[in-house]
Amino acid sequence: MSYSEYTTGEAVTDTKAPEGPIAERWDRRRFEAKLVNPANRRKHTVIVVGTGLAGGAAGATLGEQGYHVVQFCYQDSPRRAHSIAAQGGINAAKNYRNDGDSIHRLFYDTVKGGDFRARESNVHRLAQVSVEIIDQCVAQGVPFAREYGGLLDTRSFGGVQVSRTFYARGQTGQQLLLGAYQALSRQVAAGNVELHPRTEMLDLIVVDGKARGIVARDLITGRVETYFADAVVLASGGYGNVFYLSTNAKNSNATAAWRAHRRGAYFANPCFTQIHPTCIPRSGDHQSKLTLMSESLRNDGRIWVPKAKGDDRPPAQIPEDERDYYLERIYPSFGNLVPRDIASRAAKNVCDEGHGVGPGGQGVYLDFADAIKRMGRKAVEAKYGNLFDMYARITAENPYEVPMRIYPAIHYTMGGLWVDYDLQTSIPGLFAVGEANFSDHGANRLGASALMQGLADGYFVLPSTINDYLARNPHHDEVDATHPEAAAVVTETRERLERLLAVDGDRTPDSFHKEIGELMWEYCGMARTEEGLRKALDRIPQIREEFWRRIKVPGTGEEFNQSLEKANRVVDYLELAELMCLDALHRSESCGGHFREESQTPDGEAARKDDEFAYAAAWEFTGTGTAPVLHKEDLVFEYVHPTQRSYA
Amino acid sequence: MKLTLRVWRQKNADAPGAMATYEVDGISQDMSFLEMLDTLNEKLIVEGDEPVAFDHDCREGICGACSLVINGDPHGPERTTTCQLHMRTFEDGDTIDIEPWRATAFPVIRDLVVDRSAFDRIIQSGGYVSAPTGSAPEAHATPVPKADADYAFEHAECIGCGACVAACPNGSAMLFTSAKINHLNVLPQGAPERESRVLDMVATMDEEGFGGCTLTGECATACPKGIPLPSIAAMNKEWLRAARRAGRR
Repeated sequence: MSYSEYTTGEAVTDTKAPEGPIAERWDRRRFEAKLVNPANRRKHTVIVVGTGLAGGAAGATLGEQGYHVVQFCYQDSPRRAHSIAAQGGINAAKNYRNDGDSIHRLFYDTVKGGDFRARESNVHRLAQVSVEIIDQCVAQGVPFAREYGGLLDTRSFGGVQVSRTFYARGQTGQQLLLGAYQALSRQVAAGNVELHPRTEMLDLIVVDGKARGIVARDLITGRVETYFADAVVLASGGYGNVFYLSTNAKNSNATAAWRAHRRGAYFANPCFTQIHPTCIPRSGDHQSKLTLMSESLRNDGRIWVPKAKGDDRPPAQIPEDERDYYLERIYPSFGNLVPRDIASRAAKNVCDEGHGVGPGGQGVYLDFADAIKRMGRKAVEAKYGNLFDMYARITAENPYEVPMRIYPAIHYTMGGLWVDYDLQTSIPGLFAVGEANFSDHGANRLGASALMQGLADGYFVLPSTINDYLARNPHHDEVDATHPEAAAVVTETRERLERLLAVDGDRTPDSFHKEIGELMWEYCGMARTEEGLRKALDRIPQIREEFWRRIKVPGTGEEFNQSLEKANRVVDYLELAELMCLDALHRSESCGGHFREESQTPDGEAARKDDEFAYAAAWEFTGTGTAPVLHKEDLVFEYVHPTQRSYA
Repeated sequence: MKLTLRVWRQKNADAPGAMATYEVDGISQDMSFLEMLDTLNEKLIVEGDEPVAFDHDCREGICGACSLVINGDPHGPERTTTCQLHMRTFEDGDTIDIEPWRATAFPVIRDLVVDRSAFDRIIQSGGYVSAPTGSAPEAHATPVPKADADYAFEHAECIGCGACVAACPNGSAMLFTSAKINHLNVLPQGAPERESRVLDMVATMDEEGFGGCTLTGECATACPKGIPLPSIAAMNKEWLRAARRAGRR
């Protein structure tokens, strides 16, 4: 039976979301959750994998509550997790601007922006918690931008009409992450958090159906070790690097999440990937990653292409009436601030039609000439200075004088491990937070909502739900490395690493990573077709077969070996890619970041099919290359009624 | 471009190290420095050699992982991180020396990779505000003058890369430590722990084997984020104030 002939299993019916009015559900769940007596908390060990916003915040908070936390990151320091690269800001329904914002509006915007593919209860909770996040971060000393009166400044951000985005120049992610890192450091000093940097999770240990530990490799010595706990939290980020070229950090990877999936955790909506409209175009084949520039730039920059195809005059020589400000033309009320998926696809369309600029015609202009005229260069510099500097450094062009060139790039993955209202996966005792789960953004994430979700999950949601699991599962039975389940996982892990080293072929890990990445960008990128996806699904097993025949990993497993780390991650990309393509193939509608060419309105917009696809697709693993089982979680919209999104 | 690279190779912390020479060809001016090293490593792997180990991650100049001494300068000839240094800075035919951070407190792990965990221990000793989750007052309860917020931000920009230590003839971590102290101590939220923070962090910095400051200023010159040299003076002032007050109690 071929991989694409999946079967449909039992539907997911219990999400643990409480009944009742949506605004009361979070209170209700917190009240109904069992608590762990403060004196008993230190007897519970919780493993947290990852130290980004979600993981760092969760580790710090669980430590403060008195749990024994054992935390891992592959980086040399928890402060380097990729949340640090988020630029633009963090949303919160504070309504400090008195511009009509409210918790309900943030909830509404997020459900609508996600193209009606997220669970209402979770999204509403996110909006509720958002206001507490800002308070928490300010208390930690996060230096948000402030007005002259000393109060916090906000700005508006892609896809919304209120000014609810808090920011710290173009380094909001860095400042929020350092806040979480410092809180975590305090718990390390207090002895509540045991930190393992340069240690990468390679597999999950499940005993009697419950997550009880992980197998991890010390990246310095190469030792493969086991760690045990009463619950495991994955905060390991998204899987954008399956595309090779993305805005993710080079070492961000899908291994922790994918290994958990192989052990029984459902993977939901893997085809929901976000392509960010404002990235710096690639300069050549050597390109190792793409750099994003905050979409806050779209607040003041105007996007255009030459009206004439193939017009290669320098931008300054193209007169105003020969420019097509296509977003302002097609979407007059939102203009340059349409959501990311729409802005990205519009850029692809104009480039495909031959209007693109720069090398290979893969770029559009983002022009600040009007903003500089209106606000003055100084004001533009104060607002966007570091982004302009970054652009100039990478391209050797001065964006104050020449319009920037931008092109869409893979940036964020809305899909991820399926979780219930408690953020628990389909494996009891295994939780997923932040980008690693699928929970809040549906088919498309709004700008400045990733930081909000990561911190909501880490500071507030998980620490209020995990206690219910721990209280109900006191785990008096100790599990250690001699347990047959644990020993089997360790053996499997060692054998995989040894096999990678033993092939001794003629191709590098990067060469395979690039190959799978190009295939995914071509067939599972900005626009997808049945034909293309079937091609990719035919090709992926061939690449996998070739990988195991031709991979070359120098050195040994008992040392610092970056080639081995990479090769091991590629193994998982080669399986995850297949599931992404299958998910994209089965979802024959367009919604959010998933655009199926077969499903569009007469004027070329995404056409959703609510009667067929108003569900989250949670996939169950059955074996490498064998057809998975689909479990549908029907999405019920009681408060925000699905409409075709309109930003015109 | 064609280049000659002289690279520090060291198998592990205990093995002796040495410079090794490699030739690379077909380097584009638009490549970042790390993409140039990627090119070298792809070649080395295919030829059956072990690639050069180096730390890197975001490649956007913000995570602080990359850490190379290039022709004697931490992060190379421009004020930026190694990942944001581009090959257009170099000429065809150049010979480039590439070494790890060199400091007692940063032992080499392999090749160009060093152990910077001492920085984490400095932060653990006081580089935070004690504000457990849930305890925060409403964000607008305490206005912060914009000048103070900007001053805090300027110091909070530190990425913890360690270039300041690598550049310093004494291997001092004064710029790193002062950046965090100045960030937090100027804010009302950081005020209650103002004194213990500076005393504890400075003590940890000394215990970790970092050298003292002799005001050579190499740190601030090397800093890719422009943490200013007077930051150290401000920390010393905070320390003296705290030490005097501690003596009085």
